[in-house]
Amino acid sequence: MQTIIEIKNLRKIYKDNKVALDDVNLNIFKGEIIALLGPNGAGKTTLISNICGISSITSGDIKVNGFDVVDNYREARKCIGIVPQELSFEPFEKVINTVNFSRQLFGKKPDEKYIENLLKKLSLWDKKDQIIRSLSGGMKRRVLIAKALSHEPDVLFLDEPTAGVDVELRKDMWNTIKNLQNSGVTIILTTHYIEEAELMANRIAVINNGKILLIDKKDNLIDRMSKKTLIIHTNSKINKIDKALGKFKLRISKDKKNLEYDYSPNKKKTGITTLLNEIKKTGIELIDVQTKQSNLEQIFVEILKND
Amino acid sequence: MINFRSIKAIYIFEMSRTFRTLIQSLVSPILSTVLYFIVFGTAIGNNINFTNEIPYGAFIVPGLVILTISMQSVNNASFGIFFPKFLGTTYEILSAPISYVEIVIGYVGASATKSFCLGLLILMTSTFFVDLDIKFPILMLCMLLLSCVSFSLLGFIIGIVSDNFEQINFVPMIIITPLVFLGGSFYTIDVLPDFWQTITLFNPIFYLVSGFRYSFFGTGEVNIIISIFSISLFILLCIIIIWRIFKTGYKIKT
Repeated sequence: MQTIIEIKNLRKIYKDNKVALDDVNLNIFKGEIIALLGPNGAGKTTLISNICGISSITSGDIKVNGFDVVDNYREARKCIGIVPQELSFEPFEKVINTVNFSRQLFGKKPDEKYIENLLKKLSLWDKKDQIIRSLSGGMKRRVLIAKALSHEPDVLFLDEPTAGVDVELRKDMWNTIKNLQNSGVTIILTTHYIEEAELMANRIAVINNGKILLIDKKDNLIDRMSKKTLIIHTNSKINKIDKALGKFKLRISKDKKNLEYDYSPNKKKTGITTLLNEIKKTGIELIDVQTKQSNLEQIFVEILKND
Repeated sequence: MINFRSIKAIYIFEMSRTFRTLIQSLVSPILSTVLYFIVFGTAIGNNINFTNEIPYGAFIVPGLVILTISMQSVNNASFGIFFPKFLGTTYEILSAPISYVEIVIGYVGASATKSFCLGLLILMTSTFFVDLDIKFPILMLCMLLLSCVSFSLLGFIIGIVSDNFEQINFVPMIIITPLVFLGGSFYTIDVLPDFWQTITLFNPIFYLVSGFRYSFFGTGEVNIIISIFSISLFILLCIIIIWRIFKTGYKIKT
Protein backbone atom coordinates (compact mmCIF):
# COMPACT_ATOMS: atom_id res chain seq x y z
CA MET A 1 0.00 0.00 0.00
CA GLN A 2 1.19 3.48 -0.83
CA THR A 3 1.97 5.69 2.15
CA ILE A 4 0.47 9.18 1.88
CA ILE A 5 1.43 10.51 5.32
CA GLU A 6 4.59 9.52 7.12
CA ILE A 7 5.18 10.65 10.69
CA LYS A 8 8.51 9.93 12.37
CA ASN A 9 9.46 10.55 16.00
CA LEU A 10 7.04 13.45 16.32
CA ARG A 11 7.14 15.35 19.60
CA LYS A 12 5.12 18.37 20.60
CA ILE A 13 5.81 20.12 23.87
CA TYR A 14 3.80 23.21 24.78
CA LYS A 15 5.27 26.27 26.47
CA ASP A 16 4.00 25.09 29.85
CA ASN A 17 6.15 21.93 29.30
CA LYS A 18 3.08 19.79 28.74
CA VAL A 19 4.01 16.92 26.42
CA ALA A 20 1.15 16.74 23.92
CA LEU A 21 2.77 14.27 21.52
CA ASP A 22 5.47 11.89 22.62
CA ASP A 23 7.53 10.17 19.91
CA VAL A 24 4.65 9.47 17.56
CA ASN A 25 5.36 7.24 14.57
CA LEU A 26 2.58 6.64 12.11
CA ASN A 27 2.11 5.78 8.45
CA ILE A 28 -1.20 6.52 6.78
CA PHE A 29 -2.02 4.74 3.55
CA LYS A 30 -3.61 6.17 0.45
CA GLY A 31 -7.36 5.66 0.20
CA GLU A 32 -7.95 4.40 3.72
CA ILE A 33 -10.07 5.75 6.55
CA ILE A 34 -8.02 5.75 9.71
CA ALA A 35 -9.63 6.60 13.02
CA LEU A 36 -7.60 8.23 15.77
CA LEU A 37 -9.37 7.07 18.85
CA GLY A 38 -8.68 8.52 22.24
CA PRO A 39 -10.19 10.35 25.20
CA ASN A 40 -10.32 14.15 25.44
CA GLY A 41 -6.83 15.65 25.70
CA ALA A 42 -5.17 12.53 24.30
CA GLY A 43 -3.37 14.48 21.56
CA LYS A 44 -5.61 13.80 18.56
CA THR A 45 -6.21 17.43 17.59
CA THR A 46 -2.57 18.35 18.30
CA LEU A 47 -1.45 15.62 15.90
CA ILE A 48 -3.72 16.98 13.17
CA SER A 49 -2.64 20.55 13.89
CA ASN A 50 1.01 19.55 13.55
CA ILE A 51 0.42 17.86 10.20
CA CYS A 52 -1.60 20.80 8.83
CA GLY A 53 0.73 23.59 10.02
CA ILE A 54 -1.69 25.04 12.55
CA SER A 55 0.72 24.39 15.41
CA SER A 56 4.47 24.15 15.29
CA ILE A 57 6.40 20.91 15.66
CA THR A 58 8.88 20.56 18.53
CA SER A 59 10.85 17.76 16.87
CA GLY A 60 10.39 14.97 14.36
CA ASP A 61 9.37 14.76 10.71
CA ILE A 62 6.07 14.72 8.89
CA LYS A 63 5.77 14.09 5.16
CA VAL A 64 2.59 14.38 3.14
CA ASN A 65 2.74 12.84 -0.33
CA GLY A 66 6.53 12.85 0.11
CA PHE A 67 6.68 16.58 0.94
CA ASP A 68 8.03 17.72 4.30
CA VAL A 69 5.41 19.85 6.08
CA VAL A 70 8.04 22.36 7.23
CA ASP A 71 10.62 22.54 4.43
CA ASN A 72 8.14 22.03 1.61
CA TYR A 73 5.00 23.29 3.27
CA ARG A 74 3.39 24.68 0.13
CA GLU A 75 3.33 21.34 -1.69
CA ALA A 76 2.42 19.41 1.45
CA ARG A 77 -0.49 21.67 2.37
CA LYS A 78 -1.93 21.62 -1.14
CA CYS A 79 -2.70 17.93 -0.53
CA ILE A 80 -4.57 18.54 2.73
CA GLY A 81 -8.08 19.60 3.63
CA ILE A 82 -9.13 20.05 7.24
CA VAL A 83 -12.53 20.13 8.90
CA PRO A 84 -12.08 21.53 12.39
CA GLN A 85 -13.95 20.42 15.47
CA GLU A 86 -15.52 23.83 16.08
CA LEU A 87 -18.01 25.34 13.65
CA SER A 88 -15.78 28.30 12.73
CA PHE A 89 -17.10 30.67 10.08
CA GLU A 90 -17.36 34.22 8.88
CA PRO A 91 -21.05 34.33 9.92
CA PHE A 92 -22.28 36.92 7.42
CA GLU A 93 -20.70 35.36 4.35
CA LYS A 94 -22.65 33.41 1.74
CA VAL A 95 -22.01 29.68 1.42
CA ILE A 96 -20.80 29.93 -2.18
CA ASN A 97 -18.44 32.81 -1.39
CA THR A 98 -16.78 31.10 1.55
CA VAL A 99 -16.27 27.89 -0.44
CA ASN A 100 -14.83 29.82 -3.41
CA PHE A 101 -12.57 31.73 -0.99
CA SER A 102 -11.17 28.47 0.40
CA ARG A 103 -10.43 27.13 -3.08
CA GLN A 104 -8.53 30.26 -4.10
CA LEU A 105 -6.76 30.54 -0.76
CA PHE A 106 -5.21 27.18 -1.57
CA GLY A 107 -3.99 28.60 -4.87
CA LYS A 108 -6.52 26.88 -7.13
CA LYS A 109 -8.15 28.57 -10.12
CA PRO A 110 -11.87 29.29 -9.72
CA ASP A 111 -13.88 26.34 -11.05
CA GLU A 112 -17.62 26.90 -11.00
CA LYS A 113 -18.43 23.40 -12.25
CA TYR A 114 -16.37 21.65 -9.58
CA ILE A 115 -17.83 23.79 -6.80
CA GLU A 116 -21.34 23.20 -8.11
CA ASN A 117 -20.80 19.42 -8.11
CA LEU A 118 -19.25 19.53 -4.67
CA LEU A 119 -22.12 21.51 -3.19
CA LYS A 120 -24.65 19.22 -4.87
CA LYS A 121 -22.88 16.16 -3.49
CA LEU A 122 -23.11 17.65 0.00
CA SER A 123 -26.74 18.73 -0.49
CA LEU A 124 -25.73 22.37 -0.20
CA TRP A 125 -26.44 23.62 -3.71
CA ASP A 126 -29.88 25.00 -2.86
CA LYS A 127 -28.33 26.81 0.11
CA LYS A 128 -25.45 28.37 -1.81
CA ASP A 129 -26.75 31.94 -1.55
CA GLN A 130 -27.71 31.76 2.10
CA ILE A 131 -25.56 33.43 4.70
CA ILE A 132 -23.86 30.90 6.92
CA ARG A 133 -25.34 31.99 10.21
CA SER A 134 -28.83 31.17 8.92
CA LEU A 135 -27.93 27.47 8.43
CA SER A 136 -28.54 24.62 10.86
CA GLY A 137 -25.64 23.01 12.74
CA GLY A 138 -25.58 20.03 10.39
CA MET A 139 -25.54 22.22 7.31
CA LYS A 140 -22.75 24.31 8.80
CA ARG A 141 -20.73 21.13 9.30
CA ARG A 142 -21.30 20.31 5.62
CA VAL A 143 -20.11 23.79 4.61
CA LEU A 144 -16.89 23.10 6.53
CA ILE A 145 -16.48 19.86 4.59
CA ALA A 146 -17.16 21.70 1.33
CA LYS A 147 -14.51 24.30 2.23
CA ALA A 148 -12.02 21.56 3.05
CA LEU A 149 -12.70 19.76 -0.24
CA SER A 150 -12.87 22.91 -2.37
CA HIS A 151 -9.24 22.63 -3.47
CA GLU A 152 -9.48 18.91 -4.31
CA PRO A 153 -7.19 17.56 -1.57
CA ASP A 154 -5.89 13.99 -1.46
CA VAL A 155 -6.16 13.84 2.32
CA LEU A 156 -9.04 15.00 4.46
CA PHE A 157 -8.79 15.49 8.22
CA LEU A 158 -12.06 15.31 10.07
CA ASP A 159 -11.67 16.40 13.66
CA GLU A 160 -14.61 15.00 15.63
CA PRO A 161 -16.99 15.44 12.67
CA THR A 162 -20.06 14.21 14.50
CA ALA A 163 -19.44 15.79 17.91
CA GLY A 164 -22.74 17.17 19.19
CA VAL A 165 -24.64 16.01 16.13
CA ASP A 166 -27.94 14.11 16.45
CA VAL A 167 -28.18 10.42 15.52
CA GLU A 168 -29.84 10.90 12.15
CA LEU A 169 -27.40 13.53 11.04
CA ARG A 170 -24.51 11.44 12.32
CA LYS A 171 -25.56 8.57 10.07
CA ASP A 172 -25.93 10.99 7.21
CA MET A 173 -22.41 12.26 7.88
CA TRP A 174 -21.05 8.72 7.92
CA ASN A 175 -22.54 8.13 4.48
CA THR A 176 -20.91 11.32 3.24
CA ILE A 177 -17.54 10.19 4.61
CA LYS A 178 -17.87 6.76 3.00
CA ASN A 179 -18.72 8.39 -0.33
CA LEU A 180 -15.64 10.58 -0.03
CA GLN A 181 -13.49 7.53 0.53
CA ASN A 182 -15.03 5.90 -2.54
CA SER A 183 -14.03 8.96 -4.55
CA GLY A 184 -10.38 8.30 -3.58
CA VAL A 185 -9.86 10.67 -0.66
CA THR A 186 -7.77 9.42 2.27
CA ILE A 187 -9.57 10.24 5.49
CA ILE A 188 -8.15 10.73 8.96
CA LEU A 189 -10.92 10.81 11.46
CA THR A 190 -10.55 11.72 15.10
CA THR A 191 -13.31 10.61 17.34
CA HIS A 192 -14.15 9.45 20.80
CA TYR A 193 -17.25 7.66 19.57
CA ILE A 194 -16.19 4.02 19.42
CA GLU A 195 -19.22 3.20 17.29
CA GLU A 196 -18.04 5.69 14.69
CA ALA A 197 -14.56 4.18 14.50
CA GLU A 198 -15.97 0.66 14.40
CA LEU A 199 -18.33 1.53 11.60
CA MET A 200 -16.17 3.79 9.45
CA ALA A 201 -12.50 2.98 9.80
CA ASN A 202 -10.27 0.54 7.97
CA ARG A 203 -7.62 0.99 10.62
CA ILE A 204 -7.72 2.29 14.14
CA ALA A 205 -4.99 4.01 16.11
CA VAL A 206 -5.56 4.34 19.83
CA ILE A 207 -3.90 7.45 21.25
CA ASN A 208 -3.58 8.46 24.89
CA ASN A 209 -1.30 10.89 26.73
CA GLY A 210 0.33 11.84 23.43
CA LYS A 211 1.35 8.29 22.56
CA ILE A 212 0.01 5.91 19.98
CA LEU A 213 -0.75 2.86 22.08
CA LEU A 214 -1.57 0.59 19.19
CA ILE A 215 -2.51 0.71 15.56
CA ASP A 216 -4.05 -2.07 13.56
CA LYS A 217 -6.73 -3.01 11.08
CA LYS A 218 -10.08 -2.72 12.78
CA ASP A 219 -10.97 -6.42 12.30
CA ASN A 220 -7.52 -7.55 13.49
CA LEU A 221 -7.84 -5.36 16.53
CA ILE A 222 -11.19 -6.80 17.47
CA ASP A 223 -9.94 -10.35 16.81
CA ARG A 224 -6.68 -9.86 18.66
CA MET A 225 -8.04 -8.10 21.66
CA SER A 226 -11.49 -9.53 21.94
CA LYS A 227 -12.79 -11.95 24.55
CA LYS A 228 -15.87 -14.10 24.31
CA THR A 229 -18.20 -15.04 27.08
CA LEU A 230 -20.15 -18.29 27.13
CA ILE A 231 -23.43 -17.84 28.96
CA ILE A 232 -24.89 -21.09 30.24
CA HIS A 233 -28.59 -20.90 31.10
CA THR A 234 -29.62 -23.46 33.73
CA ASN A 235 -32.90 -24.78 35.01
CA SER A 236 -32.16 -24.26 38.69
CA LYS A 237 -30.98 -21.47 40.98
CA ILE A 238 -27.22 -21.53 41.53
CA ASN A 239 -25.99 -20.22 44.87
CA LYS A 240 -22.50 -21.65 44.86
CA ILE A 241 -20.19 -22.97 42.18
CA ASP A 242 -19.38 -26.66 42.54
CA LYS A 243 -15.76 -27.37 43.56
CA ALA A 244 -15.31 -29.51 40.45
CA LEU A 245 -15.93 -26.39 38.31
CA GLY A 246 -13.51 -24.19 40.28
CA LYS A 247 -10.72 -24.32 37.69
CA PHE A 248 -12.96 -22.65 35.06
CA LYS A 249 -13.30 -19.38 36.99
CA LEU A 250 -17.01 -19.21 36.34
CA ARG A 251 -19.23 -16.34 37.40
CA ILE A 252 -22.83 -16.57 38.58
CA SER A 253 -25.22 -14.10 36.92
CA LYS A 254 -27.21 -11.64 39.02
CA ASP A 255 -30.45 -13.65 38.71
CA LYS A 256 -28.45 -16.74 39.80
CA LYS A 257 -29.76 -18.75 36.84
CA ASN A 258 -26.76 -18.49 34.51
CA LEU A 259 -23.11 -19.35 34.61
CA GLU A 260 -20.67 -17.18 32.66
CA TYR A 261 -17.36 -18.35 31.27
CA ASP A 262 -14.76 -16.06 29.60
CA TYR A 263 -12.55 -17.54 26.89
CA SER A 264 -10.38 -16.39 24.04
CA PRO A 265 -11.77 -17.49 20.67
CA ASN A 266 -8.29 -17.33 19.11
CA LYS A 267 -6.84 -20.11 21.27
CA LYS A 268 -6.88 -23.66 19.96
CA LYS A 269 -8.36 -25.01 23.18
CA THR A 270 -11.14 -22.87 24.53
CA GLY A 271 -12.07 -25.33 27.33
CA ILE A 272 -15.74 -25.27 26.38
CA THR A 273 -16.10 -29.03 25.78
CA THR A 274 -14.42 -29.90 29.09
CA LEU A 275 -16.55 -27.34 30.91
CA LEU A 276 -19.80 -28.67 29.50
CA ASN A 277 -18.76 -32.25 30.37
CA GLU A 278 -17.93 -31.22 33.95
CA ILE A 279 -21.26 -29.39 34.28
CA LYS A 280 -23.06 -32.53 33.08
CA LYS A 281 -21.28 -34.54 35.81
CA THR A 282 -22.49 -32.13 38.50
CA GLY A 283 -26.08 -32.79 37.45
CA ILE A 284 -26.94 -29.19 36.56
CA GLU A 285 -29.61 -29.21 33.87
CA LEU A 286 -28.93 -26.86 30.97
CA ILE A 287 -31.62 -24.95 29.06
CA ASP A 288 -29.55 -22.99 26.60
CA VAL A 289 -26.04 -21.74 25.79
CA GLN A 290 -25.16 -18.40 24.27
CA THR A 291 -21.94 -16.53 23.37
CA LYS A 292 -21.27 -12.79 23.62
CA GLN A 293 -18.31 -11.01 21.93
CA SER A 294 -16.65 -7.93 23.40
CA ASN A 295 -16.91 -4.87 21.18
CA LEU A 296 -14.41 -2.13 20.39
CA GLU A 297 -15.56 -0.08 23.31
CA GLN A 298 -14.62 -2.78 25.80
CA ILE A 299 -11.29 -3.23 24.01
CA PHE A 300 -10.66 0.49 24.12
CA VAL A 301 -11.42 0.68 27.83
CA GLU A 302 -9.11 -2.27 28.38
CA ILE A 303 -6.25 -0.62 26.46
CA LEU A 304 -6.57 2.65 28.34
CA LYS A 305 -6.77 0.80 31.65
CA ASN A 306 -3.47 -0.92 30.87
CA ASP A 307 -1.77 2.33 29.76
CA MET B 1 7.29 31.80 -6.16
CA ILE B 2 4.67 34.22 -4.85
CA ASN B 3 1.20 32.74 -4.50
CA PHE B 4 -0.74 35.62 -6.09
CA ARG B 5 -4.01 33.70 -6.13
CA SER B 6 -3.99 33.25 -2.35
CA ILE B 7 -3.08 36.92 -1.79
CA LYS B 8 -5.93 37.91 -4.10
CA ALA B 9 -8.33 35.62 -2.21
CA ILE B 10 -7.53 37.27 1.13
CA TYR B 11 -7.53 40.76 -0.41
CA ILE B 12 -10.92 40.33 -2.10
CA PHE B 13 -12.44 38.66 0.96
CA GLU B 14 -11.32 41.57 3.14
CA MET B 15 -12.48 44.19 0.64
CA SER B 16 -15.88 42.52 0.39
CA ARG B 17 -16.30 43.08 4.13
CA THR B 18 -16.02 46.83 3.43
CA PHE B 19 -18.77 46.68 0.83
CA ARG B 20 -21.00 44.83 3.28
CA THR B 21 -20.51 47.63 5.79
CA LEU B 22 -20.15 50.53 3.39
CA ILE B 23 -22.06 53.00 5.56
CA GLN B 24 -19.84 52.49 8.62
CA SER B 25 -16.72 52.27 6.49
CA LEU B 26 -17.16 55.55 4.61
CA VAL B 27 -19.97 57.73 5.86
CA SER B 28 -18.90 57.81 9.50
CA PRO B 29 -15.28 59.00 8.96
CA ILE B 30 -16.34 61.47 6.28
CA LEU B 31 -19.03 62.92 8.54
CA SER B 32 -16.50 63.32 11.37
CA THR B 33 -14.15 65.14 9.02
CA VAL B 34 -16.92 67.46 7.84
CA LEU B 35 -17.65 68.33 11.47
CA TYR B 36 -13.96 69.12 12.03
CA PHE B 37 -14.02 71.43 9.01
CA ILE B 38 -17.15 73.18 10.21
CA VAL B 39 -15.90 73.65 13.77
CA PHE B 40 -12.14 74.19 13.33
CA GLY B 41 -11.99 75.30 9.71
CA THR B 42 -14.91 77.70 9.57
CA ALA B 43 -16.28 78.56 13.00
CA ILE B 44 -13.01 78.87 14.96
CA GLY B 45 -10.51 78.81 12.11
CA ASN B 46 -11.40 82.26 10.78
CA ASN B 47 -9.85 83.70 13.92
CA ILE B 48 -6.66 81.64 13.74
CA ASN B 49 -3.64 82.31 11.59
CA PHE B 50 -0.46 80.28 12.02
CA THR B 51 1.04 81.05 8.66
CA ASN B 52 0.52 84.17 6.68
CA GLU B 53 0.19 82.42 3.35
CA ILE B 54 -2.08 79.48 4.19
CA PRO B 55 -5.67 79.92 5.44
CA TYR B 56 -6.26 77.89 8.59
CA GLY B 57 -9.02 75.81 6.94
CA ALA B 58 -6.57 74.59 4.31
CA PHE B 59 -3.75 74.28 6.86
CA ILE B 60 -5.60 71.58 8.83
CA VAL B 61 -6.50 69.43 5.77
CA PRO B 62 -3.32 67.24 5.87
CA GLY B 63 -3.68 66.77 9.63
CA LEU B 64 -7.34 65.81 9.32
CA VAL B 65 -6.54 63.28 6.58
CA ILE B 66 -3.78 61.76 8.73
CA LEU B 67 -6.09 61.71 11.76
CA THR B 68 -8.76 59.75 9.89
CA ILE B 69 -6.61 57.40 7.87
CA SER B 70 -4.41 56.52 10.85
CA MET B 71 -7.46 55.48 12.87
CA GLN B 72 -9.10 53.71 9.94
CA SER B 73 -5.92 51.87 8.89
CA VAL B 74 -5.32 50.62 12.40
CA ASN B 75 -8.97 49.61 12.82
CA ASN B 76 -9.25 47.91 9.42
CA ALA B 77 -6.05 45.90 9.76
CA SER B 78 -6.49 45.00 13.40
CA PHE B 79 -10.07 43.81 12.93
CA GLY B 80 -9.10 42.09 9.67
CA ILE B 81 -6.79 39.67 11.47
CA PHE B 82 -8.41 39.74 14.91
CA PHE B 83 -11.83 38.73 13.61
CA PRO B 84 -10.65 35.37 12.18
CA LYS B 85 -8.82 34.80 15.47
CA PHE B 86 -12.01 35.59 17.38
CA LEU B 87 -14.15 33.39 15.10
CA GLY B 88 -11.59 30.58 15.03
CA THR B 89 -11.13 30.69 11.26
CA THR B 90 -7.37 31.29 11.31
CA TYR B 91 -6.94 27.52 10.99
CA GLU B 92 -7.73 27.93 7.31
CA ILE B 93 -5.12 30.64 6.72
CA LEU B 94 -2.47 28.75 8.71
CA SER B 95 -3.11 25.45 6.91
CA ALA B 96 -3.11 27.04 3.43
CA PRO B 97 -0.05 26.85 1.14
CA ILE B 98 0.72 30.51 1.72
CA SER B 99 3.73 32.23 3.26
CA TYR B 100 3.59 34.75 6.09
CA VAL B 101 4.63 37.53 3.72
CA GLU B 102 1.68 36.70 1.47
CA ILE B 103 -0.72 36.70 4.42
CA VAL B 104 0.53 40.16 5.44
CA ILE B 105 0.29 41.49 1.87
CA GLY B 106 -3.32 40.26 1.65
CA TYR B 107 -4.53 41.74 4.93
CA VAL B 108 -2.41 44.90 5.04
CA GLY B 109 -2.97 45.52 1.32
CA ALA B 110 -6.75 45.43 1.77
CA SER B 111 -6.61 47.63 4.83
CA ALA B 112 -4.31 50.18 3.18
CA THR B 113 -6.49 50.24 0.05
CA LYS B 114 -9.59 51.07 2.10
CA SER B 115 -7.79 53.84 3.98
CA PHE B 116 -6.21 55.23 0.80
CA CYS B 117 -9.64 55.50 -0.86
CA LEU B 118 -11.02 57.10 2.29
CA GLY B 119 -8.14 59.59 2.36
CA LEU B 120 -8.93 60.62 -1.22
CA LEU B 121 -12.63 60.96 -0.37
CA ILE B 122 -11.78 63.21 2.57
CA LEU B 123 -9.60 65.34 0.33
CA MET B 124 -12.47 65.63 -2.13
CA THR B 125 -14.84 66.53 0.70
CA SER B 126 -12.44 69.20 1.95
CA THR B 127 -12.64 71.01 -1.40
CA PHE B 128 -16.27 71.85 -0.52
CA PHE B 129 -15.00 73.87 2.43
CA VAL B 130 -11.59 75.25 1.43
CA ASP B 131 -9.66 76.13 -1.71
CA LEU B 132 -7.06 73.43 -1.98
CA ASP B 133 -4.10 73.73 -4.30
CA ILE B 134 -1.83 70.72 -3.92
CA LYS B 135 1.72 71.69 -4.81
CA PHE B 136 3.21 68.19 -5.23
CA PRO B 137 0.30 65.83 -6.06
CA ILE B 138 2.47 62.75 -6.79
CA LEU B 139 4.39 63.24 -3.54
CA MET B 140 1.09 63.73 -1.74
CA LEU B 141 -0.26 60.41 -3.08
CA CYS B 142 2.99 58.65 -2.15
CA MET B 143 2.90 60.09 1.37
CA LEU B 144 -0.75 59.12 1.72
CA LEU B 145 0.01 55.58 0.57
CA LEU B 146 3.00 55.26 2.90
CA SER B 147 0.90 56.49 5.81
CA CYS B 148 -1.88 54.00 5.03
CA VAL B 149 0.60 51.12 4.76
CA SER B 150 2.49 52.06 7.93
CA PHE B 151 -0.65 52.34 10.10
CA SER B 152 -2.11 49.19 8.55
CA LEU B 153 1.05 47.30 9.51
CA LEU B 154 0.70 48.68 13.03
CA GLY B 155 -2.97 47.63 13.06
CA PHE B 156 -2.03 44.14 11.90
CA ILE B 157 0.36 43.82 14.85
CA ILE B 158 -2.32 45.08 17.25
CA GLY B 159 -4.83 42.58 15.82
CA ILE B 160 -2.46 39.68 16.39
CA VAL B 161 -1.33 40.55 19.89
CA SER B 162 -4.80 41.51 21.16
CA ASP B 163 -6.78 38.96 23.10
CA ASN B 164 -10.08 40.83 23.18
CA PHE B 165 -11.97 43.79 21.71
CA GLU B 166 -10.94 46.12 24.56
CA GLN B 167 -7.27 45.65 23.71
CA ILE B 168 -8.00 46.26 20.01
CA ASN B 169 -9.54 49.64 20.84
CA PHE B 170 -6.93 50.54 23.44
CA VAL B 171 -4.02 51.49 21.15
CA PRO B 172 -5.99 53.66 18.68
CA MET B 173 -7.85 55.49 21.42
CA ILE B 174 -5.14 55.86 24.04
CA ILE B 175 -2.03 56.17 21.91
CA ILE B 176 -2.70 57.11 18.29
CA THR B 177 -5.39 59.76 18.77
CA PRO B 178 -3.32 61.75 21.31
CA LEU B 179 -0.19 61.44 19.15
CA VAL B 180 -2.05 62.76 16.10
CA PHE B 181 -3.59 65.64 18.05
CA LEU B 182 -0.23 66.51 19.62
CA GLY B 183 1.69 65.96 16.38
CA GLY B 184 0.93 69.33 14.85
CA SER B 185 -2.27 68.34 13.02
CA PHE B 186 -4.04 71.54 14.01
CA TYR B 187 -1.13 73.88 14.78
CA THR B 188 2.55 74.50 14.14
CA ILE B 189 4.79 73.44 16.97
CA ASP B 190 6.44 76.85 17.25
CA VAL B 191 3.32 78.02 19.14
CA LEU B 192 4.20 75.55 21.92
CA PRO B 193 6.53 76.29 24.85
CA ASP B 194 10.13 75.12 24.29
CA PHE B 195 9.74 72.06 26.51
CA TRP B 196 6.69 70.77 24.60
CA GLN B 197 8.39 71.54 21.30
CA THR B 198 11.19 69.19 22.33
CA ILE B 199 8.69 66.53 23.42
CA THR B 200 6.89 66.80 20.08
CA LEU B 201 10.12 65.95 18.26
CA PHE B 202 9.80 62.43 19.73
CA ASN B 203 6.32 62.02 18.28
CA PRO B 204 6.53 60.03 15.02
CA ILE B 205 3.18 61.41 13.81
CA PHE B 206 4.69 64.91 13.81
CA TYR B 207 7.07 63.93 10.99
CA LEU B 208 4.22 62.29 9.10
CA VAL B 209 1.97 65.36 9.30
CA SER B 210 4.86 67.65 8.44
CA GLY B 211 5.80 65.61 5.37
CA PHE B 212 2.22 65.34 4.24
CA ARG B 213 1.72 69.09 4.70
CA TYR B 214 4.87 69.74 2.67
CA SER B 215 3.35 67.86 -0.28
CA PHE B 216 0.33 70.22 -0.11
CA PHE B 217 1.96 73.57 0.46
CA GLY B 218 5.67 73.10 -0.25
CA THR B 219 6.47 73.95 3.34
CA GLY B 220 6.74 71.73 6.40
CA GLU B 221 8.13 71.97 9.89
CA VAL B 222 10.92 69.49 9.18
CA ASN B 223 12.77 68.61 6.00
CA ILE B 224 10.75 66.34 3.72
CA ILE B 225 13.67 63.87 3.57
CA ILE B 226 13.53 63.50 7.36
CA SER B 227 9.78 62.90 7.13
CA ILE B 228 10.15 60.18 4.48
CA PHE B 229 13.02 58.63 6.44
CA SER B 230 10.88 58.57 9.62
CA ILE B 231 7.94 56.87 7.92
CA SER B 232 10.27 54.34 6.27
CA LEU B 233 11.87 53.63 9.63
CA PHE B 234 8.43 53.10 11.19
CA ILE B 235 7.42 50.71 8.38
CA LEU B 236 10.69 48.81 8.78
CA LEU B 237 10.12 48.50 12.53
CA CYS B 238 6.59 47.15 11.97
CA ILE B 239 7.87 44.63 9.40
CA ILE B 240 10.54 43.40 11.83
CA ILE B 241 7.92 42.95 14.58
CA ILE B 242 5.57 41.07 12.22
CA TRP B 243 8.43 38.88 10.99
CA ARG B 244 9.27 38.06 14.60
CA ILE B 245 5.62 37.30 15.41
CA PHE B 246 5.34 34.83 12.54
CA LYS B 247 8.76 33.36 13.20
CA THR B 248 7.84 32.54 16.80
CA GLY B 249 4.13 31.95 16.12
CA TYR B 250 3.36 34.40 18.95
CA LYS B 251 -0.41 34.51 19.57
CA ILE B 252 -1.02 32.77 16.25
CA LYS B 253 0.23 29.24 16.60
CA THR B 254 0.18 27.04 19.67
